[in-house]
Amino acid sequence: MKQEKKRIYLRAALALAAILAVLLALDNLSFVPSMLLTVLRKGAIYALVAVSMNLLNGFTGLFSLGQAGFMLLGAYTYAILTIPAAAQKSIYQRYANGGIGFSIPELLSKPLGGLGLLLGVVFCLALAGFIAALFAFLIGLPVLKLKSDYLAIATLGFAEIIRAAVVYEGFGPLTNGSNLLYGFTSFSSFSLHLGSVTLRLETVMPFLFSGICIGIILLLIHSTYGRAFKAIRDDEIAAEAMGINLASHKRMSFIISSFFAGISGAMLAMYQASVQATTFKSSMTYEILLIVVIGGIGSVSGSVIASFLFIASSEWLLRFLDNETYIGGFRLPLLRSGFRMVVFSIIIMIVVLFFRKGIMGDRELFQKKPASAARTAKKEVRSK
Amino acid sequence: MKAFISRRDFLKASGAAAAAAALAGCSSGSGSTGGKTVKIGVFEPASGDNGAGGKQEVLGIEYANSVAPTVDIGGESYTVELVEVDNQSSTDKAVTAAQELVSKKVSVVLGSYGSGVSIAAAPTFQSASIPAIGCSCTNPAVTEANPYYFRVCFLDPFQGSVMANFAKDEFGAANAYVLSMLGEDYGSGLATYFVDAFKELGGTVTSEQFPEGTSDFSAYIQNAINAGADVIFAPCATTYAAQIITQAASAGFDKPITAGDTWESSVILDAQKGTSVQVYCSTFFDENDDSGAAKEFVAGFKEWLNADSQKLTNNGGNDIVAAVSALGYDAYMTALEAIAAAGSTDGTAIKDALFKVDYDGVTGSITFDQTTGDANKDMAYIKKASDGAFSFVKTQSVEG
Amino acid sequence: MAAKFLPYLLAGISVGGQYALIAIGYTMVYGILRLINFAHGDIFTVAGFMMVYATASLPLAVSIPLVVIATVLLGMGVEKIAYKPLRTAPRMSVMISAIGMSYLLQNLMWYATGGLAKQYPALPWISDTVTVLGCQTKRVTVITPFLVVVLVVILVTLIQKTRMGMAMRAASRDFETAQLMGIRINNVISFTFAVGSFLAAIGSMMYFSNYTAVTPTVGAMPGLKAFVAAVFGGIGSIPGAVIGGFLIGICESLIKGAGATTFSDAFTFALLIVVLAVKPTGLFSENLTEKV
Repeated sequence: MKQEKKRIYLRAALALAAILAVLLALDNLSFVPSMLLTVLRKGAIYALVAVSMNLLNGFTGLFSLGQAGFMLLGAYTYAILTIPAAAQKSIYQRYANGGIGFSIPELLSKPLGGLGLLLGVVFCLALAGFIAALFAFLIGLPVLKLKSDYLAIATLGFAEIIRAAVVYEGFGPLTNGSNLLYGFTSFSSFSLHLGSVTLRLETVMPFLFSGICIGIILLLIHSTYGRAFKAIRDDEIAAEAMGINLASHKRMSFIISSFFAGISGAMLAMYQASVQATTFKSSMTYEILLIVVIGGIGSVSGSVIASFLFIASSEWLLRFLDNETYIGGFRLPLLRSGFRMVVFSIIIMIVVLFFRKGIMGDRELFQKKPASAARTAKKEVRSK
Repeated sequence: MKAFISRRDFLKASGAAAAAAALAGCSSGSGSTGGKTVKIGVFEPASGDNGAGGKQEVLGIEYANSVAPTVDIGGESYTVELVEVDNQSSTDKAVTAAQELVSKKVSVVLGSYGSGVSIAAAPTFQSASIPAIGCSCTNPAVTEANPYYFRVCFLDPFQGSVMANFAKDEFGAANAYVLSMLGEDYGSGLATYFVDAFKELGGTVTSEQFPEGTSDFSAYIQNAINAGADVIFAPCATTYAAQIITQAASAGFDKPITAGDTWESSVILDAQKGTSVQVYCSTFFDENDDSGAAKEFVAGFKEWLNADSQKLTNNGGNDIVAAVSALGYDAYMTALEAIAAAGSTDGTAIKDALFKVDYDGVTGSITFDQTTGDANKDMAYIKKASDGAFSFVKTQSVEG
Repeated sequence: MAAKFLPYLLAGISVGGQYALIAIGYTMVYGILRLINFAHGDIFTVAGFMMVYATASLPLAVSIPLVVIATVLLGMGVEKIAYKPLRTAPRMSVMISAIGMSYLLQNLMWYATGGLAKQYPALPWISDTVTVLGCQTKRVTVITPFLVVVLVVILVTLIQKTRMGMAMRAASRDFETAQLMGIRINNVISFTFAVGSFLAAIGSMMYFSNYTAVTPTVGAMPGLKAFVAAVFGGIGSIPGAVIGGFLIGICESLIKGAGATTFSDAFTFALLIVVLAVKPTGLFSENLTEKV
């Protein structure tokens, strides 16, 4: 069995490397439409947060609507830690002594150069996730024993509280209050120097980070913890009867999901190159929930696919619906700004009503079919 | 019996639909009737919190395009094509919207209404070497450290001082109540500048912030009354402004209510109509300005608006000229000046030419500061809302 | 001292009454279907817009009943389109459908109205200014609590004394058995949504007479707070929803008066979490024993 697992891991790693190689090419070839790259980047970030939400809602059955709040915490943590020290005075201009006075990637890149930048960013991402997880732990204490609908409203409430607290003027010297944070290390700071050629890594990096994080989540799901989560989702009382500690497993799922939501929030900050608390509204949580449902609750590959489809449709493919279009002097009715979102909402309602299981249902993309397991069993018997 | 479509068929159908839509979406931006074109990107919100103001700004730009649809580059006449995108007033959607403009290969960008989205999109425009001219974004951070971002309006520190001076000069106010929205960078910024300036003039200030989505302002108005305020300064979006005005009226608040340029809108006029509340706002432009260029612009713009009912709806259902429309017009004309002076459609050349532009616009003369790219503006118009129209009160500068 | 608190108290009672009217809609639907009808806040907003557009071309006497009927039809329509097909689906699907419906209604409103705030017409007599104990306010502020009490009394009578009411109680106690006993469950559900939407329409008239700017997202926060009120009071309990609504309205207003204006919204949620931590099913609910 161990050999099986090693082969699967190797294949997964090779697949990821292949995807990264393709993206490296796309990033640096000039004829590639830049919209495609933008959509890929955002899709990768949303894929991570969708998978983390799926871990919580789909695999553990805890209906939580607080994802936007944890993304907010991750984004702000990352931004605060990576704004270059020299720029902090002008960014925090309304608060004397604003900012923390240093920037971690800056500190590390001085001695270690490019590698230091990477290490600094990875460290800040991890710290962003950690802060989000810490808040998840604190929030989980009163909230996790509530029933599903009450849990949804309580977590939604917490997200709103966090959003109001972050922009509070009193925390201004740290979070810049109602003003934007910008100027921190973003994806465009990464580049690979090979002799005289500089390769841009703008699209490779989010995929790299997302890929590793989703890989970790998959490992978790296929472990004993993952099986415990699924047991809790299917029947809490039976799971408890079988000896699974409900409270600690629920807490673990909540904390891990929030950790990755924090990291994806930080990546969203890197993508936008600016952070403002008002964008992390409950509507962002609803979008992620819709992505999870469209992809299939309980399917990681479904969430990933649905995330790319969702971002591509809402931000790229349907944009033409917003423009007034003339066909030979005749203006098409209905096509004006706002129509895109209406069409998009209708499509979502259709998917939710008629394709209830979503794209993938609860299967994975490269799942071992039971038939092949029987075949391998037969092979083993014959070879003996 | 409901027919459930099998999952495989759904995947096939969605794949085909996505491919078709990709083709449709990718091959956009055509429609040129032969001859050379230069593209100007319009980066504005058409939905979201700032959708209303964004639409009015776009109207100004579109009108300018109808007045001056061609530009002379090196002796040849180029048709100017407007490429409009909706950034949805949201910083996370702003980046993809900006990216769309870049992919459509625009030479210069106009916008946005809303400093937050402008700041978010600035790196995208910079890395593509496309200069952007902000029409009404007043936050200093937009042009600071962004050599490719310019603006044709004045800045918030200036606007805050103007309103503080106005409160002191016109009403002799000694105590002010400042209300802004929690989490909104424009409002909180302007509020802070007002507070600083007012304190410097020797006044006392009570400053509060309301959470997003508030409809009930009666408590805040009561707080203002309890604090003994002589004037309320509330730089917030028009939705909240309408609530504040109507609720101040029902509470019988009789002191003046002032705000910045966002309040120059028909929404405020509708709210104030029929009440005795005194409402003042600072703005970039006066519709009744008798100087030649402004008068011609106003007459032409109104005629153009009234010819199309959709445009009237976008303007709020009437033909009152919003200051942001005038700024949009000026930004377009300035861009054309720069393109003609640069003699090319290349972004960097246009950016360099912009620094040297000297254009007499409908909002005043426009020259850019050589370091920041901010327009050199030192005067604001103060208007009063009464009986469904804005009346000009005075022009206000900052002393010293 | 009392005079200082009076304006805040009045505002709090008024807005609390409006939350109560919306909360009843939430609690009734949840009691029977175990569904949080996220679209309820948006139906409330649509009622506001309909009134704005109706009074622009029709006289008031026609507009008001027209808007009420249209809102009721809209509520029932939403149920037929978005919730009925998913009655046998898992809970999360129906909730997603509710969220999707809310999303759709909001985007339709953005598209149709362009986003600029519209002024709600002044309803005669209700919108007049009155002075109560030295404090100037609109008459609607004073009327709302009484109206709410009257409506709740009527509603509770309806539920306790009529056959339809009995059917509703049966359905909320045990959905499947009620169907087996011959109750036409579709009629019961449609009736529930109709009553909820009717109350939302009345609530919108009160709310927008007080806070006159109507935008597509104006119903989001009141809707959420109304749901919090319903949970607070014990979901499924109508008197609980009403008391919850008033409590939240008053606390919110008093907090704003006390100076912590930034946290008035956050406080509502904090209060909810505290209550849920102490009494997980709300203040006035019955304790249900779970059968293993």
